[in-house]
Amino acid sequence: MSTEASGHEKYYIPEKSSIPIVFAAATLLVGWGAANAVVGGGTSMLLVGMMALVATMGFWWAVVIRESQAGLDTPTLNSSYVYGMAWFIFSEVMFFFAFFGALFYIRSFAVPWLGGEGDKGLAGELLWPEFEATWPPMITPEQSVMGDQAVTVGPGESMYLHSISSIFTWLPLWNTIVLLSSSGTVHFAHMALKDNNRKRFNFWLGITVALAFIFVILQAVEYYEAYAHLGLTISSGVYGTTFFMLTGFHGMHVLIGGIFLLTQLTRSTGFKHFTDKEHFGFEAASWYWHFVDVVWVCLFLFVYIL
Amino acid sequence: MSAVVENNDHHDDHHGPRKGIWRWMTTTNHKDIGTLYLWFSFLAFLVGGAFAMGIRAELFEPGLQLMDPIRYNQLVTMHGLIMIFGGVMPAFVGLANWLIPMQIGAPDMALPRMNNLSFWLLPTAFAILMSTAFMEGGMPGFGWTFYAPLSTNYPNVAFFVFAVHIMGISSIMGSINVIVTIMNMRAPGMTLMQMPLFTWSWLITAYLLIAVMPVLAGAVTMLLMDAYFGTSFFDAAGGGDPVLFQHIFWFFGHPEVYIMILPAFGITSHIISTFSRKPLFGHASMIYAMSSIAILSFVVWAHHMFTVGMPLAAELFFMWATMLIAIPTGVKVFNWCATIFKGSITYETPMLFAIAFVVLFTIGGFSGLMLAITPADFQYHDTYFVVAHFHYVLVPGSVFSIMAAVYFWLPKWTGNMYDEKLGKLHFWLSFIGVNVTFFPQHFVGLAGMPRRYADYALQFAEWNAISSVGAFLFGLSQLLFLYIVLKTIFVGKKATPRVWDGAEGLEWTVDSPAPYHTFETPPKING
Repeated sequence: MSTEASGHEKYYIPEKSSIPIVFAAATLLVGWGAANAVVGGGTSMLLVGMMALVATMGFWWAVVIRESQAGLDTPTLNSSYVYGMAWFIFSEVMFFFAFFGALFYIRSFAVPWLGGEGDKGLAGELLWPEFEATWPPMITPEQSVMGDQAVTVGPGESMYLHSISSIFTWLPLWNTIVLLSSSGTVHFAHMALKDNNRKRFNFWLGITVALAFIFVILQAVEYYEAYAHLGLTISSGVYGTTFFMLTGFHGMHVLIGGIFLLTQLTRSTGFKHFTDKEHFGFEAASWYWHFVDVVWVCLFLFVYIL
Repeated sequence: MSAVVENNDHHDDHHGPRKGIWRWMTTTNHKDIGTLYLWFSFLAFLVGGAFAMGIRAELFEPGLQLMDPIRYNQLVTMHGLIMIFGGVMPAFVGLANWLIPMQIGAPDMALPRMNNLSFWLLPTAFAILMSTAFMEGGMPGFGWTFYAPLSTNYPNVAFFVFAVHIMGISSIMGSINVIVTIMNMRAPGMTLMQMPLFTWSWLITAYLLIAVMPVLAGAVTMLLMDAYFGTSFFDAAGGGDPVLFQHIFWFFGHPEVYIMILPAFGITSHIISTFSRKPLFGHASMIYAMSSIAILSFVVWAHHMFTVGMPLAAELFFMWATMLIAIPTGVKVFNWCATIFKGSITYETPMLFAIAFVVLFTIGGFSGLMLAITPADFQYHDTYFVVAHFHYVLVPGSVFSIMAAVYFWLPKWTGNMYDEKLGKLHFWLSFIGVNVTFFPQHFVGLAGMPRRYADYALQFAEWNAISSVGAFLFGLSQLLFLYIVLKTIFVGKKATPRVWDGAEGLEWTVDSPAPYHTFETPPKING
């Protein structure tokens, strides 16, 4: 074995860093604080932890950006970031897979069985004889037996489109339009960057960020409507459960993706970062954005339409 | 910008570690982080082992002697959680950290700061989990599988949920690091198929982890929402189904058990080939076998739930799919035997552990096949037969392979040889202890002794007493292991760079101990 390979870069060897240990300490506060808050022990530790965590993350990314601007990143390290981001997104896909899997299982098996259908319907027939398997179940199994005494009651109304005439006031449709067009605008921004046109890049990225926050606001309106007027809450039986958990986690990811894109916009407008060749920070944000978009298409299909 | 450039001029840390505790808190070196993982895992093995001793002491004779059933349930639960998430998994991650960069000729892991974070999140997670011991309601006692609705009605379950979330984040970061390192930092000229098997086994393991840890995160999130926020995922009254929990959990859980065995396959392959002084028989088929096992692990999860009441078609599908796994596993065992065949074998401690691994893991595999037969499983389900089965694949399987790996690579890590006599003594004590502990559990299981109870019927008394004696023998002999490792580090004889006569691979071409940064420029690979 020889100790040199001609024509190959010398490996980049990182320095020690105290950021991760601070990150872990902040995570301890967030994790313990969140659990404590959930069991009713107060939220102060969670809040302190969240602030510490956000600050540490911000500082960490700032260091990474500074290193990249200082030209320390070797091609190998850059490609490590690319692979790392790709596999991170894959792990996010699997997280949503768990929730979509739950939705499909509940719709195709759990609810029909509770209604007395198929191989496993016997127990449902005996336990909840009055329960009718429909999707969405507007009356929960418990309600079908206990009536007004039931604790878990179904929603007053679902989020499905009720009549074709109201399609233009149906929020999910607008949300879809907003999010799908934002995937287009982020692509235009990418094309502009490749053409080395910073003005056009900032313009399209700005539109994308605006669309992201419009989406979040529209979803907040939708949630408000559900709670205030439709009698649809997270505890409205299994429909409310799957509806709010799926759209809620997606909404959180939109928010994170929006902040991610906003950071890239600030880097471009404020610091003149990114060139036509070197712009992985933006590219990672746009990958994440396309991922969030694809999840929405599945949501729109399986939660709002089918 | 200037600050960074300035920092980069401090080259002292590139040549050797700093002193003191701050070195371990801030290190980005794969060897330091590997060491942290390994010691953390050893500590977890001691704590989880102490819990196991509590369990076996209670089961030494029928009746309730030492603790009430609630305490017993807590010991069983924490034993499982600590051994899986604190013992076996971190031990393999520690080995990955030490070995993957050395085996592929890289200077370090690809993302070193994240590597440090992945480690330090583990003590964080366990601090949260263990803090429940000091709360009203105490530690979780719903079994490591935390089936709903038992877990959704349990006190302090929120702390368990967030601890699992943090462990999951740690595992995902660690796996991303492994994949990126392997795909991106191999020495020029090393093709994927030339890669050493331990590295290969970890590449596959890392894919499994990235695929299923998020599903576990989903499961605990649904659990949290059901327990505290009124959702109905696992509540039939609202239209959900408790069986859904088991589906999601085991969709994570079955790949998880392969996460705990695939690196063992890699380790065993290296050791058997080294001490047989022959190249491994069927290198490529080993890779294909591990990949097949990994792919199949996604379609067999419901064999953990045969008695829960699934449609017949599902029972049959999961039975056949499970049995398919015996084929690639058989390929592996065949290859190990074929490697040994006509080799110039010597029986140093790592080889003894590796041979014991092949034999005893295969016994665990056979009882697994028995459990896979749906109609027969109706008898075995939730008995001690299951306990015997998974302890045979985990203790003389995963744990023996970890011990074998420590003996095998310790001279490379520390620069010193371990005491061969003591090593062999440790092996024989562990080998006898493990079999005396777990073999009788097959008998009481087949005779109908259910798992997870603090008490049992009188006819199981003898075998349980024997099992407890074996457990204490096995547990105590691990203190000898600790002594051997410490002795090696502090007063061991100097080791040669190659250490073993038949050792092949890049890690054996560098000094013992390996330099702090093994390869600062890529080594040359001769295809």
